[in-house]
Amino acid sequence: MKYIYYPGCSLEGSAVEYDGSTRALMAELGDELIDIEDWNCCGATAAEPMSELLSFVLPARNIALAEKIKEAGDILVPCSACYLNLKKVMVERDLDEKLSNRIDEVLAVDDLSIKGTRQVRHLLDVLAHDIGAAKISDRVVNPLEGLKVAPYYGCQCLRPYGGFDDPEEPTTMTPLIEACGATVFPWNSAANCCGASGMNTKREVSGQLVKNILMDARGADAIVTVCPMCQMNLEGFQKSVSKGTNEDLSITVLYLPQLLGLAMGLSAEAIMLHKNLAVAETFLEAL
Amino acid sequence: MITTTHIKELLSTCMQCGTCTASCPNAFAMDMPPRKLWRLVLMDRTEDIFNSTTFSLCSTCYFCTLRCPRGLPLTRVMSLLKEQAFKAKSPGYKKGTAFYGSFMESVRRHGRVRESEFMTLYFMAMKNPLLPLEFAGIGLKLMKKNKVAIQLPSRADESNLDRLFQKVKEIEEKP
Repeated sequence: MKYIYYPGCSLEGSAVEYDGSTRALMAELGDELIDIEDWNCCGATAAEPMSELLSFVLPARNIALAEKIKEAGDILVPCSACYLNLKKVMVERDLDEKLSNRIDEVLAVDDLSIKGTRQVRHLLDVLAHDIGAAKISDRVVNPLEGLKVAPYYGCQCLRPYGGFDDPEEPTTMTPLIEACGATVFPWNSAANCCGASGMNTKREVSGQLVKNILMDARGADAIVTVCPMCQMNLEGFQKSVSKGTNEDLSITVLYLPQLLGLAMGLSAEAIMLHKNLAVAETFLEAL
Repeated sequence: MITTTHIKELLSTCMQCGTCTASCPNAFAMDMPPRKLWRLVLMDRTEDIFNSTTFSLCSTCYFCTLRCPRGLPLTRVMSLLKEQAFKAKSPGYKKGTAFYGSFMESVRRHGRVRESEFMTLYFMAMKNPLLPLEFAGIGLKLMKKNKVAIQLPSRADESNLDRLFQKVKEIEEKP
């Protein structure tokens, strides 16, 4: 299938391996990604505290640009924060005509407008429902047998709108992980909050959330994520949140397309494993 | 001028059940629970609202919004309170204002956020020479992986979103 691809800013920087592994995986599966030229930042969680209208306008511009592309296809978004921001525009403009008009009034400055012709889809939704575990399973050449993988969904791909998974007890990653030959590690933190940008401004608080998640993951071989913010918080602060716990909380943290790619025989270079901040030696040996 | 009148309407049917507080992952660190914050908004206790750290600790996980039995947009209310604190330069929200403001400044200049420019702008806005040390660990890890480079803030380029920012401001300031 064809998808209009919105990577978002993190995937050009700190999450470059999420971009690389998504592109490599989709190419391997025979799906085409069409880039939106001149896309802009979705506003992340930073636009909303500054201006509610701006938090709608920034993602709306990308949707308007995507609508101008001739090919048919949903908008595919790997980053959960970007996904929610784009999705929010589509949901809320349908509910609030005044808001919809205001968004178009601003976009008119760039000769753009939204017609509402495209669906916004998270990468996890596309992998689970368009592609499906059966197709992944058919392509697995390197089954990850014996590997215990903790699926971490975080918040913004699930809530508040739900849609493709249960917003409290998500399960869409289960068949995908099992298709790789790995085992799903049972835990209670799959849909918990990682603290998001609080790791920058309120680390004494958000660090607790990260610590709780990592404590809960003890016994797993890897955590798998679908969001650059979650990934950074879980992989980047393992040593500092371990302090005072008498525990070694270091664990391998991968993006979901990296895990699927490994099982499907893509090389470590192709899925950019060298860019991850937390990959244990034991994990590499097990491969 | 800080106002919460437009926010009050969104909370008018709150029945003070506390599902929000029980669902909030950050409630343990707040000086008052979210349930109480809604009550203060309904009572126009502006000073108490913005003297509290509660709204600034919202990490937008949307559990309260999802579970509220009245269906109130509670995460949106938290963001609207942040917006008021941001616009009024509320002293208790200095870090949030500097952080989000620096992020959006980089977006305004280039259309996309440049992670290291944004952090430099943030350090400059906070004027605390020790602050960068808090980020030394993660910064070095990212630099070692060649994911970020030291980058000084640069002027707006052609892809900047200034036109959109200006138009948003114009609409918001319309009486």
